[in-house]
Amino acid sequence: MDVLACIKRVPDTGAKIVLTDDQQDIDTTNLGFTMSPHEECAIEEAIQLVEDHGGEARVLTLGPDEAAEQLRTGLAMGADEATLLETDGDEWSPRATARAIADAVRDGDGVSHDVLLFGTESADAANYQVGIRVARELDLPVVTGSKDLEVGDGSVTARREIPGGQEVMEVDLPAVVTVKEGINSPRYASMRSKMQARKQSVDRASPEQASGPGTFEKIELVSPETDDSEAEVLGDGPDAVPAVMDVLRDEVEVL
Amino acid sequence: MSVVLTLVEQESGEPAETSQEALTLARGIAAETDARLEAVAFGDEGAAVADDLGTAGVDALHHVTHDRLDSYAPVAWGEALAQLAAADETEAVVAPGSERGQEALAHAGATLDLPMAANCTEVDAGDEYEVSRQRWGGSLVERARLAAETKLLTAAAHEVSIESAPEATEPAVETFTPDLSDAHVRGRVDRIEESDEEGVPLGEARVVVAGGRGVGNAEDFDQLEELADLLGGTVGASRAAVNEGWRPHDDQVGLTGAKISPDLYVACGISGAVQHMIGCKGADNILAINTDPDAAIIQQGEYAVIGDLHEVVPALNEALRNAE
Repeated sequence: MDVLACIKRVPDTGAKIVLTDDQQDIDTTNLGFTMSPHEECAIEEAIQLVEDHGGEARVLTLGPDEAAEQLRTGLAMGADEATLLETDGDEWSPRATARAIADAVRDGDGVSHDVLLFGTESADAANYQVGIRVARELDLPVVTGSKDLEVGDGSVTARREIPGGQEVMEVDLPAVVTVKEGINSPRYASMRSKMQARKQSVDRASPEQASGPGTFEKIELVSPETDDSEAEVLGDGPDAVPAVMDVLRDEVEVL
Repeated sequence: MSVVLTLVEQESGEPAETSQEALTLARGIAAETDARLEAVAFGDEGAAVADDLGTAGVDALHHVTHDRLDSYAPVAWGEALAQLAAADETEAVVAPGSERGQEALAHAGATLDLPMAANCTEVDAGDEYEVSRQRWGGSLVERARLAAETKLLTAAAHEVSIESAPEATEPAVETFTPDLSDAHVRGRVDRIEESDEEGVPLGEARVVVAGGRGVGNAEDFDQLEELADLLGGTVGASRAAVNEGWRPHDDQVGLTGAKISPDLYVACGISGAVQHMIGCKGADNILAINTDPDAAIIQQGEYAVIGDLHEVVPALNEALRNAE
């Protein structure tokens, strides 16, 4: 069984996000880069599926040359191969991203992998649609937001949380599944595997940016207004308990 | 006259809160573009929401029925929205910022080959739309331009204040049966498995007592459990506490966990990173218990106790027991 995990390189933001002067991007001068926790779980799930069923796990991203760093994280975790769909660093729309990924995995009338994993939404743009659009481009079934995955004979059963339980979907392979953090606990790569991943080759392609009818374009990024009013300090240590009781009773009214 | 369609999900016969938010956003668009406001609802109880849609100013309700739609089917929902959008001159399709809303509209976007703007907080509708949408779970706002024959957008959950229409309407209910094939029902919900967990689900609790790295180990969450019990609430956790293995991921509050809106959120030993605050900013009140008076959670909360949660929480539990 061959499994693909698709990821996205994003800044590793701290407590406060700082924007560039032209407000087009996050100022990454002092930031490292990472991927969404959902996507770390997608890589882990791909590796586990291959451990259980055989085959190969491939990690793929669309992004600038530097995004090879995140692919090497996937290789160090245990993915067998990596693909970089290289861009000039501009942000691609979900539609153009999905078309490029679909083209990369299309194989004759079929697709190159049995399971195509994505995070449910990216950490930065959070458009909630790349996995769905890839599936529809390739005419594959898709399940989103999965927190449990079982691959059986030619099909995959996915569960996702709803209030009070889980809803269960079953689709035939090949299929697209978008996953959420909590589906597994991503392994840490050892220093040795990180060193080895540095030497592994990354397959590269430079897709064309495809568009379609309609446009959706960023004008600028803005930091939302925040509430700067400080909390009312009710006291220090256990001595604060009577004041807390008053607040719970009279102001928050939960007693 | 053109149409603005809005997907409405129902909860026990009433439009869900996120759907009412979507209707408020959609009514603004309909007013600015001189369009009719129409709703789309699925399922056997779908038509039951009609009465409540009058206060939202809805002119007509498309009640979607099909013998293949006895359970939620994301592609089919998207397909039905796309077919309705293609049938009339459709200015925009608005969906709620719920998981199903995002998912169904993304499918409609794929069918129609149109862009979709997810999690919009404001829309200025003209020939082109200028929208504000959430990025990074709402810690950044993107202002963007949306231009398409039919604009697809979802309303960010819990960001738009629900408002009634200036004048109530009496929506006409029209049954719509979409043209569906086998491919459209792939990935539909096969069955529901009910959770055997006891207690109040995190998303519905009025009080959530959450612990972070400062709790220090799994055992000391017992103190938080007791406080939650005494307040009639449930326990949550930061990502740090979940990563330590002290709590299951289902308890996680934050960007990649639950986004909750209780009356009271008690944050014990949680520093208040951006990713965490995204999960609890919907709380009416945040009470932070933290040894660090400069912790971000104290800047963001309403109330704070500066101290060690291992001393404060047991003392508070005792006071609550005595008060009973």
